[in-house]
Amino acid sequence: MAQFFQMQDLGAITPELELVAFGMFLLIFDLMVQEKRRLGLIALAGIAISGFFLFRLRGTDFSAYGGVLALDPFSIFFKTIFLVAAALSVAISLKYLDIERENHGEYYALILFSTMGMMFMAGAVDLVTLYIGLETMAIATYVLVGFLRSNQRSNEASMKYFLLGAFSSGILLYGMSLLYGLSGSTRFVDIAEALSRRPLTDPISLLAMITLSAGMFFKVAAVPFHQWTPDAYEGAPTSITAFMSVAVKAASFAMMVRIFMVAIYPLRPQWVPIMAAVSVMTMTIGNIAAITQSNVKRMLAYSSISHAGYILIGFIAGNETGLTAVPLYLFIYTFTNLGAWAVIVALRRKDVIGEQIDDMAGLFFRHPAGAVLMLIFLLSLAGIPPTAGFIGKYYLFAAAIQTGHNALAVIAVLNAAISIYFYFRIVVSMFMREATEKTGLVYAPGLTMTLAIAIVFTLLIGVYPDPFIAMARQAVILGF
Amino acid sequence: MVTTFHYLLLGAALFTIGVIGVLTRRNIMIILMSIELMMNAVNINLIAFSNRLQQVTGQVFAIFVITVAAAEAAVGLGIVIAMFKNKETMNINEIDLMKW
Repeated sequence: MAQFFQMQDLGAITPELELVAFGMFLLIFDLMVQEKRRLGLIALAGIAISGFFLFRLRGTDFSAYGGVLALDPFSIFFKTIFLVAAALSVAISLKYLDIERENHGEYYALILFSTMGMMFMAGAVDLVTLYIGLETMAIATYVLVGFLRSNQRSNEASMKYFLLGAFSSGILLYGMSLLYGLSGSTRFVDIAEALSRRPLTDPISLLAMITLSAGMFFKVAAVPFHQWTPDAYEGAPTSITAFMSVAVKAASFAMMVRIFMVAIYPLRPQWVPIMAAVSVMTMTIGNIAAITQSNVKRMLAYSSISHAGYILIGFIAGNETGLTAVPLYLFIYTFTNLGAWAVIVALRRKDVIGEQIDDMAGLFFRHPAGAVLMLIFLLSLAGIPPTAGFIGKYYLFAAAIQTGHNALAVIAVLNAAISIYFYFRIVVSMFMREATEKTGLVYAPGLTMTLAIAIVFTLLIGVYPDPFIAMARQAVILGF
Repeated sequence: MVTTFHYLLLGAALFTIGVIGVLTRRNIMIILMSIELMMNAVNINLIAFSNRLQQVTGQVFAIFVITVAAAEAAVGLGIVIAMFKNKETMNINEIDLMKW
């Protein structure tokens, strides 16, 4: 093994270091400023500078710290997703926290720490690094979910998310300990080599694979480990729900790609059937449960469960198209979903919670621009051209067909059809029903900026996807 | 003679007790304790393997797990206190504001 620490290793984690520095600074600065919204602007600046450092690292491909942390196109692509999601979440929080009267500096610091954990997760090629990154992200997110301290639903959401999150981490860790025992190393490549020397039906490897997959399925909210999602998403502050549904989910999928496509790749014949069953259940149950919801946050939570089911198809296909589709889909989902959540945040006013479908009634007549934006985001979530969501679904389903998983592709398409039904319940409410109240949407520069960025990318990727597909392909082609 | 296998059995037993505790007990504190039990089962596994393989990686991993478990317990207890201020209950069945 080479020398463990070199100066260039430090260069590899500059974006993360910078986020930590800004997070610490925010915690101190919080004591000194009265106008808390400034802290949000500082957090945005921190994310922007981190993005700049990340941009300078583009194109590199080496593993730092003696091979525990990879800085490859894959991790850089995912880190870009995290930074974009964090920036947009901070932007929609500025006004929202004022309305909820919970504007504290810790909020922004925790978002930065959580993002830092995700960035380590995406780069981790070693079990210890992966675990620390995962927990850094998760612990910060538990607190964020319960940030509305005087709100019972927020307390409850945070409690449930914490208990199930810690439980799933325990299961995941048990699998990790077995993998370490089998291979004598915590590096993914060594684990893969050790597993490939064992028979496919080796009970210990199978136990490790099953506990590891159960932990992963918890983290990405796949059925049958999805029950925490609707509660956590409903009770959390809406801006945090947006953050969780894109950034935390993307980070969990980045971790899953590294584990399933590198560490336990030799067991692929064993995990593909499990994953296919989970994918079908996740899509179907997520979509069917979403139909009956009357709360928009809960409906979008179930919708995010079903999206996790679609993304799993990329792992089952496992070819270049499928693996390209995973980061591509998550990238598209980041903009589309954050846009939809931003509209819901804009519906939250002084006395109106704005979470029920009825609260959206007649939105088109009160506020046409908001309604049309929401319509486009919902079309993209449903996967209808010419929006970006179509490109993502097209790639996933094409990968399933290419690898001969025709039944899976048919089920996925049927599910996409079901999803149109409940997305259009919101549309019908917005465009075809009488307005029950007069108040419009909340205006704030941060919200407007988020909506503008989200709509531009949703439409741009829809009509001109080539550069984004090339980036996603570049991300997976080298490593896997 | 206590071999690695015995330690792994102990780890598996502790882990199972922890999982059953989380799934069946209704008091939040006991659920938290059961989660700690799962973490410690993992630590026993890691150290047993580390001893068998004669390397320190597993022990280092175990120290990281202990550290994270401490942080997690702190945050968990904080959440319990925040919740208890609004609703004085420790029973997970009574935390049912949102439908399952």
